[in-house]
Amino acid sequence: MLGYLFKRLLVALPTLLAISAVIFFILALSPSNPLGDLATNPAVTPEVRENIRRSLGLDQPIPVRYLKWTVALVSGNFGYSFTSRLPVSTLIAQRLPTTLGIIGVAYGLSVALALPLGIVAALRRGSWVDRTITTLAFMGFSTPTFFSGLVLIIVFSVRLGWFPFIYDSTLIVQDMASLGQLLRQSVMPITVLVLFQTAVLLRFVRVAMLEEIPQNYVKTARAKGLAQGRIITRHMLRNALIPVVTLVALDIPTIFTGSLVTEQVFRVPGMGALLVDSIYRGDTPVVMAIAFIYAVLVVAFNLVADVLYGLIDPRVRYGS
Amino acid sequence: MAARQTSTLASRIPVRPARRWPGWLRDPLTALALTALLLILLAVGLGPWLYPVSPTAIDFAQALQPPSGSHPLGTNDLGQDQLARLLVGGRISLAVSTAAMAVSMSVGLGVGAVAGFYGRWVDGWLMRCTDLFLALPQLPLVLLVVYLFGEPARQRLGPERGIFFLIVLVIGGLNWMSVARLVRAGFLSLKQRTFVQAAVALGASPWEIVRHHLLPNVMGPVIVAATLAIGNALLAESTLSFLGLGFPPDVPTWGRMLYDAQNYLESAPHLVLAPGLAIFVTVLSVNTLGDHLRDKLEPGHR
Repeated sequence: MLGYLFKRLLVALPTLLAISAVIFFILALSPSNPLGDLATNPAVTPEVRENIRRSLGLDQPIPVRYLKWTVALVSGNFGYSFTSRLPVSTLIAQRLPTTLGIIGVAYGLSVALALPLGIVAALRRGSWVDRTITTLAFMGFSTPTFFSGLVLIIVFSVRLGWFPFIYDSTLIVQDMASLGQLLRQSVMPITVLVLFQTAVLLRFVRVAMLEEIPQNYVKTARAKGLAQGRIITRHMLRNALIPVVTLVALDIPTIFTGSLVTEQVFRVPGMGALLVDSIYRGDTPVVMAIAFIYAVLVVAFNLVADVLYGLIDPRVRYGS
Repeated sequence: MAARQTSTLASRIPVRPARRWPGWLRDPLTALALTALLLILLAVGLGPWLYPVSPTAIDFAQALQPPSGSHPLGTNDLGQDQLARLLVGGRISLAVSTAAMAVSMSVGLGVGAVAGFYGRWVDGWLMRCTDLFLALPQLPLVLLVVYLFGEPARQRLGPERGIFFLIVLVIGGLNWMSVARLVRAGFLSLKQRTFVQAAVALGASPWEIVRHHLLPNVMGPVIVAATLAIGNALLAESTLSFLGLGFPPDVPTWGRMLYDAQNYLESAPHLVLAPGLAIFVTVLSVNTLGDHLRDKLEPGHR
């Protein structure tokens, strides 16, 4: 197992290097000026501009810059933002908790909803319950998060006034009142993500459960007089979860990109909003760091999926 | 290994595609989806002629009007007619998604066919490449490329055409991986079958084998993937436009209309509904059709 993990890590590292190279060269070879506004601002003299370029290391050849960037990356140094002059890691550290909090809660709720709904739909295959659930899932799956988000704002903020329109980023939780405020402003972004993610997960669970229903071990369990609930939870679900766990782990990176749009709709100050803002400002170091973090997440969760697969399915044995 | 896992799933594709097609109208949902899609295509195709209101004419006296007789879907902040914009924008949104689908299918078919047919190091190398593309962070990368290469593409090919080609290439170029794996897995399992080996023994050329024996037998899943790819591309293009990084503001794609609408949620909520519903209904119909096709063409799949 450890040997396998080590082998997979050895494969993951070159992948990450390749991705970092792709991101870096897209940025470095782009014809747009990495200095953004500074380059076109007439108030900045050419000498000052040249000094800024040099202080940011932009006067060096591209391979040298890539090498320096990678070496710094490995040592945990993401460089400095062009526009705010803060370390990129500080900027990301400010934003990451918000994103992770919202995504974590949304994903937990989605799993809690998708498991029972998917199981019920599979057990009652073809009934009106199944048809209702699958149709709703299909609709949730096909609704772009920016549309559902805007509709939620119109209905619950503009018309009913239940939830605040825009996420207040300056809010600090000190007492029950501010905690309530935080919860209230998180309801809509989380709902949007839950609607979408539940639909995706539910389809996985339903299909996986359907695969188990005709199996012989289910008949055996029923023949020996096990209660239906026990058969479902102890036997079928454990088998059905094997493919589901893989799909979930592979799917987690998409929830990060899904949250990118949701953050933009509700003005949540998370990673996605930072990325979009930095792209607009031409803040190359921040853009590179965030794109790379997304890539790390994708690779990391692929790895997690592989490892989990072996852990929950005793039939899968990793040769050393 | 994740790659191997999905390929074993994909290798369950049928050897012979099912021949029975006339089930279209037996399933009410599929019939509904097909009708909706045809209506949208008709509206977008013929609409601008049947409804000859200019989508670009600015009239500040008529700004942010709710739906009325003269403006069936109301007007936006510049007093432009929303219905006219919706019809014209639909053409662009649908053209982008169809073209992006064509790009991803061609690349996917090509890579998958070469990898599956030649095997060995070609296969290994191409699959490494596919894995690398799968590990790329899609949306951030699309945002990045469109932002960085948008301006030069605009200068070289004109404001609309440049960004059109750029978006099509980026979306298509980041969505071919599943098709490549599908085709490769199909080819690998088909190559072992006696009818292919018989064809080889009879002296068929590689191109004939691919064309007559291998490709027709993987077309079922590819058609399903192509259908779903249209929906995905439409979502990707709308997302891009919604983030303000797609077409220029005077090109009213559905996503761009939502981007503009989000500033007037209080005064003009009707601006959100029409383009949002257009995206939703189109994607839903395309996905429903894809699901139906999967049931028909991939009997092993549920």
